[in-house]
Amino acid sequence: MTATMIALRRHHHRRTRLTLALGLITGLLMANQGLAQEQAPHHRQREDPRVGLAGGFLDAGQAAHNMELVRNLPKPEGFYDPEQPAGAPRMPPEPEPEEGEEAPTNPPTRPPQGLSYTNSDLAFIDNYMFVGNYHGFNTYSVEDPQEVERLASFVCPGGQGDVSVYGNLLFMSVEQTRGRLDCGVGGVEEPISSERFRGVRIFDISDIRRPQQVAAIQTCRGSHTHTVVPDPNDPNNVYIYGQGTGSVRDGEELDGCIDLEREGREVVQDPDEEPDTALFSIDVIQVPIAAPDTARIVNRPRIFADPETGSIAGLWQGGDHGEGTQNSRMTTQCHDITVFAEHGLAAGACAGNGILMDISDPVNPVRIHEVVDQSFAYWHSATFNNDGTKVVFTDEWGGGGRPRCLATDAPSWGANAIFDIVDRKLVFKNYYKLPAPQSELENCVAHNGSLIPVPGRDIMVQSWYQGGISVFDFTDSANPTEIAYFDRGPLPGELGTMGGFWSSYWYNGYIYGAGIARGVDVLKLTPSAHLSQNEIDAATDVELGVFNAQNQTIIEWTPSVAVARSYLDQLSRRNGIRASHVEAIDGLLNQFDQPNAELPGELDALAAELEGDARLLPNNASRLNSLAETLQDLSAGLR
Amino acid sequence: MLTQVMAFQYLATFALVFLTMACRSAAVDPLSPAENAGQSEVGTPAPLLQGGAPGEASRNITVEEATDLSGIQHTIADVAFMQGMIGHHAQALEMTTLLYERSTWQDIRMLAQRIDVSQADEINMMQGWLVVRDEGVPGNADHHAHGTMLMPGMLTPDQMAELAAATGSDFDRLFLEYMIMHHQGAVIMVEELFASPGAAQESQIFNFASDVIADQSMEITRMRRMRGMLENR
Repeated sequence: MTATMIALRRHHHRRTRLTLALGLITGLLMANQGLAQEQAPHHRQREDPRVGLAGGFLDAGQAAHNMELVRNLPKPEGFYDPEQPAGAPRMPPEPEPEEGEEAPTNPPTRPPQGLSYTNSDLAFIDNYMFVGNYHGFNTYSVEDPQEVERLASFVCPGGQGDVSVYGNLLFMSVEQTRGRLDCGVGGVEEPISSERFRGVRIFDISDIRRPQQVAAIQTCRGSHTHTVVPDPNDPNNVYIYGQGTGSVRDGEELDGCIDLEREGREVVQDPDEEPDTALFSIDVIQVPIAAPDTARIVNRPRIFADPETGSIAGLWQGGDHGEGTQNSRMTTQCHDITVFAEHGLAAGACAGNGILMDISDPVNPVRIHEVVDQSFAYWHSATFNNDGTKVVFTDEWGGGGRPRCLATDAPSWGANAIFDIVDRKLVFKNYYKLPAPQSELENCVAHNGSLIPVPGRDIMVQSWYQGGISVFDFTDSANPTEIAYFDRGPLPGELGTMGGFWSSYWYNGYIYGAGIARGVDVLKLTPSAHLSQNEIDAATDVELGVFNAQNQTIIEWTPSVAVARSYLDQLSRRNGIRASHVEAIDGLLNQFDQPNAELPGELDALAAELEGDARLLPNNASRLNSLAETLQDLSAGLR
Repeated sequence: MLTQVMAFQYLATFALVFLTMACRSAAVDPLSPAENAGQSEVGTPAPLLQGGAPGEASRNITVEEATDLSGIQHTIADVAFMQGMIGHHAQALEMTTLLYERSTWQDIRMLAQRIDVSQADEINMMQGWLVVRDEGVPGNADHHAHGTMLMPGMLTPDQMAELAAATGSDFDRLFLEYMIMHHQGAVIMVEELFASPGAAQESQIFNFASDVIADQSMEITRMRRMRGMLENR
């Protein structure tokens, strides 16, 4: 930029004053932008750098804390409205009276189309990233996250575009009534039509640059989200749980779909009199891997059956959960289900209730516990911690399109609820909500995220729409704390424009945030007092071959110096380890590149001492033992 | 000669250029959408495809074809739905206002608060939706106008008066009964919308209508449970 300014001065010296003025303006703008990033990390709400960020499309103000933006990938052509790339309608400019010039004609305005091109979910396999969108999906190579390459853009509408990947198959959820079997963009006019599609699409992605739709499984309520459920006992098939929250289709459009019968405004039919109702079940789809075109629904389990009476509306009747829990809710559908197959568990966020399920038989999930909470209107999704001993439910108050992070909004509404799992029961511990209030122009509420694989800690990265991305630690489930964030100012539009991060996930060392309007952001964590470089390294060393947010797998850390140092940092942070041990272990680990013959023995000796201390310090026992075990593993590796 | 007008135009153009450049730092490199058109940064251009029906091949399409959303524009039924729902929501807020003045039951006050904040904001959303489409926005008191047809589930003036006159747990009971009826009416409005040809094809309408079904169905049962609790008091 400086060279350009000099060039301007040299060649346009008559405009020197203008150039200087421009330079000043630019300088001020740059300083302003940098200021938000350099502010001390006070997190009292009024001083939070995320408050009062300047608005804009690709040039909005930014605030980042212990995270940095690596790259933004704007949405490609075909996936935004060419007349309104930011999604908001263009307002006509004020006409300026000019000497000898006509007043500029107002450009045509059009109702905002942006929502139809909403970026939504992300899925990863190998070095490929799939970005779901209401309009279809885009495929990228993330082999080099610093230089992400787009491989294909695929139009096939019918939001939400929730995506999962398994082998050479890509799955996508469709619930909107504009969805068409033939991937057309023209919608479906008739209320009952054989051209309509609502359910789970299956694509063959063997040719990554030319995906092909091979199957489309119709469901009664469409698919709002879906979950891949591999069955270790059944390698020939993969299962899909389809969750539908939309209106039930007419039986004439899709055979077998039956709504509750109404008479005027009253529901007159007891659901148990019509046991085939689509309202109280999820769809289990079996997909033969070798012949995905033959995929079909194999079960619609009544996961809301009351175990005692067998009534499928068990939770609807309520049942008495005891003192203070009488606000049972009608759980007619599950918004989202997260599966942790290796723990044999699934957590369903089903309108109003949190449900814990046993899925040792994936075709027949069984409810084992449920929770209600007076503060929650609508739980949207669930994330387990790596040990399967905690669940984080999110309340998507407002549906995602409304500003629900105002300073006046209750902190337990539109937030996360953290539960421990104790003896297969859910025990409430605390709420977590984005600490920085957002403006009325910024749609904001808790939404999709995933774990960051730091050994010894439970850390989640999560999207909050235009509230940005927040990384929080819930290792102490009763005291969650934020450790990093990234946020932008509001999208342009006087009435507020839907935008922000729909989903943000960790994948192989980077955080990927699907921005609804601005495209995908690639980010990295940076070290701080809350998270050391060693811990970031240990997380980055975890290499996943596939990632689907709703299908969690157990993360295991190969013993390494970074892992050992992570435990060391965590223990030091908590004053849970002797200073002499810190010094000694640090010294040994420094020798690891050039080990001598004594190193293994010294590592083992220290490990034994740590184990001794673990018996004396119950609050730090787990970490001390983890560190001891890591030292022993490193020692064994050297021998 | 450099007129003031030209200077401003020059300034504006360069400000735009410098603004774009200023926002590029080592961390951010926002390519404009046009620069990204049909190209990947490395190797062969990324195709813009459209899927075929299940089992059929995908085909290349143009940006014009991909962004032709003329088939899913809003309809008269969508407009009527939003206009009617504004009045519907407005009445719910009148009911919650009555509740704050009358009920001391914590649970029902919290329920009312949730309905209040949600539906007040949704009114703002619906008004905005109508404004940017140059459609009429009903006034706040329009649903009071003599002869206005009430939307499904709405209280008649007599029923509102009955509610306003009630006190104590009689009020709580009546509030729940009427709000359940009110919510069921909203669900019926959505079902009627989906039964209209071409309606709810546009994403904002579809999302909102679906949220109404989800949220209000759930609140109906919550209120049913609370009504049951009242019987046991």
